[in-house]
Amino acid sequence: MAISLKLNGQTHKVDAEPGTPLLWVIRDELKLTGTKFGCGVASCGACTVHLDGEPVRSCQTFIEDVEDAEITTIEGLKSTPAQAVQQAWTELDVVQCGYCQSGQIMSAVGLLSENAKPTLEEIDDYMDGNACRCATYQRIRSAIVRASEIMEA
Amino acid sequence: MSVSTSRRGFLKGAAASAAAVLVIGVAPSGVMAAANGADTTMLNPFVKIAADGTVTAIVKHFEKGQGPATGLTTLIAEELGVSMDAIEYEFAPSNPKLYNNTAFGPIQGTGGSTAMFNSFKQYRQAGAAAREVLLQAASLAWDVPVAELKLEDGVISGGGNKAPIGEFVAAASKLTAPENPRLKDPSEFKLIGNASVRRKDTPPKINGTAKYAMDIQFDNQMVVTIKRATRKGATVISFDDSAAKPVKGFIRAATLPNKAGVAVYAENTWASLQAREALEVTWDNSAAESRSSEDVYKELMAAVNTEPEYNLTKNDQAEIAGAIEKADKVVEETFYFPLLAHAPMEPLTCTIEATDDGGVILHDGCQMPTSPHAALAQILQVPMDKVQVNTMFAGGSFGRRATPTVDYQVEAALAFVMTDRRRPVKLVWSREDDITGGYYRPAFAHKVRVGLDADGNIAGWDHRVAGQSISKGTPFEAFSVHDGVDHLSVEGVTPTSYSIPGMFAGLTDIKPATTVLWWRSVGHTHTAYVMEAMMDAVATAAGRDPVEFRLAHLAGDTPDQKRLTGVLKLAAEKGNWGKGAEGRSQGVAVHKSFGSYVAEVVEISGDAENGVKIEKVTCAVDCGIPVNPDVIKAQMEGGIGYGLGHAMRDEITLENGEVVQQNFPDYEPLRIGDIGEIETHIVLSTEAPTGVGEPGTPPSAPALANAIAAKGPRVTELPMTKAGVTFA
Repeated sequence: MAISLKLNGQTHKVDAEPGTPLLWVIRDELKLTGTKFGCGVASCGACTVHLDGEPVRSCQTFIEDVEDAEITTIEGLKSTPAQAVQQAWTELDVVQCGYCQSGQIMSAVGLLSENAKPTLEEIDDYMDGNACRCATYQRIRSAIVRASEIMEA
Repeated sequence: MSVSTSRRGFLKGAAASAAAVLVIGVAPSGVMAAANGADTTMLNPFVKIAADGTVTAIVKHFEKGQGPATGLTTLIAEELGVSMDAIEYEFAPSNPKLYNNTAFGPIQGTGGSTAMFNSFKQYRQAGAAAREVLLQAASLAWDVPVAELKLEDGVISGGGNKAPIGEFVAAASKLTAPENPRLKDPSEFKLIGNASVRRKDTPPKINGTAKYAMDIQFDNQMVVTIKRATRKGATVISFDDSAAKPVKGFIRAATLPNKAGVAVYAENTWASLQAREALEVTWDNSAAESRSSEDVYKELMAAVNTEPEYNLTKNDQAEIAGAIEKADKVVEETFYFPLLAHAPMEPLTCTIEATDDGGVILHDGCQMPTSPHAALAQILQVPMDKVQVNTMFAGGSFGRRATPTVDYQVEAALAFVMTDRRRPVKLVWSREDDITGGYYRPAFAHKVRVGLDADGNIAGWDHRVAGQSISKGTPFEAFSVHDGVDHLSVEGVTPTSYSIPGMFAGLTDIKPATTVLWWRSVGHTHTAYVMEAMMDAVATAAGRDPVEFRLAHLAGDTPDQKRLTGVLKLAAEKGNWGKGAEGRSQGVAVHKSFGSYVAEVVEISGDAENGVKIEKVTCAVDCGIPVNPDVIKAQMEGGIGYGLGHAMRDEITLENGEVVQQNFPDYEPLRIGDIGEIETHIVLSTEAPTGVGEPGTPPSAPALANAIAAKGPRVTELPMTKAGVTFA
């Protein structure tokens, strides 16, 4: 079926069957590969994108359900919290292999967009669904705190 | 010419144009050979400098997050005299004559935490040689003696002249590089050891532009997933793809030539996954594995309770057993370690593409280019010099991307060989393929009996190990198997750095139940646990402090003992050993692996019955000269997390030959809330650098176990949750 997607501020026409995960349309049809495939069952968060500003797992979000939404991927991030998060990620050199980091950043931006000054406990709760096999968690936590400071300054 | 010119992927993003490119080389022996790029086939080029002055480091180790893209680039920048901002990097092509790992011999590859260890001198020499020919060229141009010139921040100055290095690249490329360039004295280092040097790979990894093998998107590519047998050793009899045919984008299915599975070709990943789901395969299970984990467990337990197959210490076990019998106290524990999957964040994938000249390019987060290079040449019947490897970022590995059987690249080649080669073939593994796909950390058992005399001194140590060898029957056998003993099964027990009087150690191999592989820190994953849990149990039985007891057994004057003593004292001091916060318990472990020395103090709250919370891990590491302190800390943090997460709750189990676990919900990764804080302290050292990717892992699980044992049970079978430990 023909579907019209609003992604990163642009409208894209794609042809995909109902039930196709948004992840595969983003990666294989639109060739935006910053959004990653990690588990396919919404258990690792590597595929996190924003639907109307809210983080969702694109591997379990189906194409027929997103036609009216504004979709944002890592490539389209530009909000104030996003800039703060990317700056903090740079300052703290959070990444190792980096494969999960698009998803980590999309979730962190989601958190700071709704809660500009989260506690450590709130960070751990919110980020619980984003796995990092390199275990960069300590730096993720510190970078979210740092991003919060940057936003406040 | 530059070696890069024939390699498409290699040129992507490279600033070097067809203009003068200075290529500096070091012969494989490490001795400076020649330099002007006239005959690069005989050189080992690590440095390219374009006419515009852009410096590019050629990085021979793949980047899976452990830091060589930063570390090796730093070595070049340091000796050449440019800032970290003025140097780029690219991954080396497959060429073991030029880019071999000097610790591996004639093989190009990454592993065993050797990247910095084997590159430290080589890359510095390459940077220093570049510096010297550039100075020589400036000296000729300005008629100023070299001794009066200096090269700093990419600018050469002296005798009243000043110009950027780019101006001398063309002239320098015609000069012969010195055989023994002067290397900086460590006191002159500006970048090596500088904690403010940032990772080179951060920028593309925070905005989605970093390219991993999973991100290959050729317009005409086919995506292949493979329906594999659920039991190792089963083969395809036939398949029925009638239910797959209606899947939009499905192209065809074909049995792999080795009958290990059925390749499902499709226009995109989702179509391939859907069609594979719909495919019906009839399997021949006559040669398939049928054992369950319980059977393997029983076999391992039987093995550690009988005469070992190999006597590792070459001494009289009966005599030592006798001394233990007569001892004042005996401490005995039996340990079990389950199969573990690596589960790197990026599932396995690679793409094979044909070139116009009849060759192929492998696009891969390639850990051991030499192995797939040869495998592809053989399977695809392409000459070796027409196989190229485009090494891309790897989304983790932990050992998984380096199999002696070259497993996933061979699968891709088998899928490609069944096509007309006009379309690139991208092989994609799902997470389920990864978790169920074998190549696990082997299951191991240990049984240890230690006798203590009336004064609390060790009177005898009887240590039996049993498990499945990683190397036997593989091309890597020659590296680690000697007199029948696979060193990878026992490293960390024999040799041990502790002075233990009357130690016997024996090993029994068990027959394969599945495919096994090195997993971050290899044998040390279980040997460090056993040695450190036993040192703790024995110290407790002797009524002695665990840190003091360890120090007493490291009191000799070997370099290993001195450096282990150093990290143990540092971790104990920084971790407030013996002075933990109210209501908390501490555990300690110290271990040498891959040439590096690491001690960790784990502090927990709660207890095994009501919920353990890991509050803090204090780590001390001695890895020689710390090239990049922040990367070292990151690797300690990651290694600790990897060790603790699996010890807490992960295992792979078999039921009638089939793997039970499927995906992250039942192979649960460490999560952000699992560890409160990790604090790493680096010993200032002038020794040559050693690795940091693996050594953080071994002490982590036993330190946690020892903290739990302070107020509760001594966990001897992993994972801890299965042994009844709850985590808050």
